[in-house]
Amino acid sequence: MSEPLGNVSELRAALDAGSVSSLELVESALARARGLDLGALVATRADAAREEASLADARRASGDLRSPLDGIPMALKDNIAAAGEPCGCASRILEGYTSPYDSTAVARLREAGAVVVGRSNMDEFAMGSSTEHSALGPARNPWDPERAPGGSSGGSAALVAAGIVPLALGSDTGGSIRQPAALCGVVGLKPTYGRVSRYGLVAFASSLDQIGPLARTSADAALALGILAGHDPRDSTSLPDPVPDYAAALAGDCTGLTVGLPREYFVEEGVDPGVLGAVRDAVLELEKAGARTREISLPHTRHAVSTYYLVANAEASSNLSRFDGVRYGRRAESDDVGALYRRTRSEGFGPEVKRRILLGTYVLSAGYYDAYYRKAQQVRTLIRRDFETAFEQCDLIATPTTPDTAFRLGERSGDPLRMYLSDIYTVSASLAGIPGLSTPCGLPGGLPAGLQLLAPALGEPVLLRAADAFERRTDWTQRWPGETP
Amino acid sequence: MAGLARLSLGEDEVESLTADLDTILDYVEMLQSVDTEGVEPTAHALPLPTPLREDRAELGLAPEEALGNAPAAAGTTFVVPKVIEGGEA
Repeated sequence: MSEPLGNVSELRAALDAGSVSSLELVESALARARGLDLGALVATRADAAREEASLADARRASGDLRSPLDGIPMALKDNIAAAGEPCGCASRILEGYTSPYDSTAVARLREAGAVVVGRSNMDEFAMGSSTEHSALGPARNPWDPERAPGGSSGGSAALVAAGIVPLALGSDTGGSIRQPAALCGVVGLKPTYGRVSRYGLVAFASSLDQIGPLARTSADAALALGILAGHDPRDSTSLPDPVPDYAAALAGDCTGLTVGLPREYFVEEGVDPGVLGAVRDAVLELEKAGARTREISLPHTRHAVSTYYLVANAEASSNLSRFDGVRYGRRAESDDVGALYRRTRSEGFGPEVKRRILLGTYVLSAGYYDAYYRKAQQVRTLIRRDFETAFEQCDLIATPTTPDTAFRLGERSGDPLRMYLSDIYTVSASLAGIPGLSTPCGLPGGLPAGLQLLAPALGEPVLLRAADAFERRTDWTQRWPGETP
Repeated sequence: MAGLARLSLGEDEVESLTADLDTILDYVEMLQSVDTEGVEPTAHALPLPTPLREDRAELGLAPEEALGNAPAAAGTTFVVPKVIEGGEA
């Protein structure tokens, strides 16, 4: 089998030196995906990718590269639209669907010359934390194929971790980029809400959803964000603020930065001691890189998961009402239009999606709206204020990304609440709309652990700078599954 | 609730989903202990004004593209079973 593909900087150096071509990188990605059989890639576009790679090779030869990602192979989560390609959201209800248009993220990547080799597996409609809730079967964690890669962007994380592609897009609603990045030992960046256009991202919870990169290093994530970020007239929630040069922000160490350590996150209870140890060591490393640390408090942390599941599922129940068998996707025929809707949805959606639609419908229904939905929106305000207060005392916040390392396939799929609690450290930042990044910080028990860094809204430059400084001082981003430590 | 959500569930599903929802609703009950007197609800994390653009016609999807994924279409319309009872077909 072909060798794993390294990070984008390494691949660019090899491309520039002429020791490899984009076409060879694409062939390698396709061959490796086949050989490893992780269930991570659910659709490939081999011929189109080969053609695009050859064009990128020609541009390189003539010295007119379009961007740092020109000719770099990558993957798209199956909920991000690309014209003429499937966009199944790992759901039976979208079987056979072909996107009539490009998402803005994909249009920008095309413009930049990146070569999409295929689509990555996910939990159906991005609802899950393990990639087991996929109509196409689970994806596997490259570090241990008996374990889940996390989710919902688990396919994207597994592809990057296994060296199949150096970069993949994911989407994060409550941790769906950061949690699988942590469990697979790669970098995952959820940008500030609105930093990347959601046009062409199939909506799960519109006030939380955000597209972002999974990569081998924060430097690579910075390159990708530079291409993805910016206002889009087709997404009225995309932010008008100018896009800084993220790659240029990476210079230097952590001198002058104060890193807040929320006392609610550094508790022994409910956290794997190996994960906590790795994160504490990572914090020491940030201090050695020049950061000052101080304890802070985010007092509403323990209410974040409840708030998140009420808000997200209320929005989901509304967003998923569009899948009714009329305009696209699968239809269960009936002479009666009401029965057609019900049968289409009952046959097309998997159990987790039904669970969430029902929960969302319930909390929005007359009589329960104030007690659940409005209450959750109010607590969301308190969670936002916790961060506003915290960021008066620090520039960044450091936490574990997840309470555990990767769990076994099947271990949590029968216990929805336990699965939801996998997101306990990631949902708060989603509710507050702030950016968060997970970077690998250890291998307790031979499985990856993630350090989560959070910054104020639009604080991606400082977030990426600190993560990059950490990555350059350690070698966690250079580790491969299956290597002896 | 399933009717409101346009889902028809089998008996097994009703049983297991009811149990799951009970567990989840028990868990989220903790929110009732939070004092939210006078706290404004957050619908969007970052306040943004509604942006306006010039009132100018732009091309969208062509009808054949928009209908390309339709399970049933005729001309420029989606086809569904008859919705209105009685009268001429």
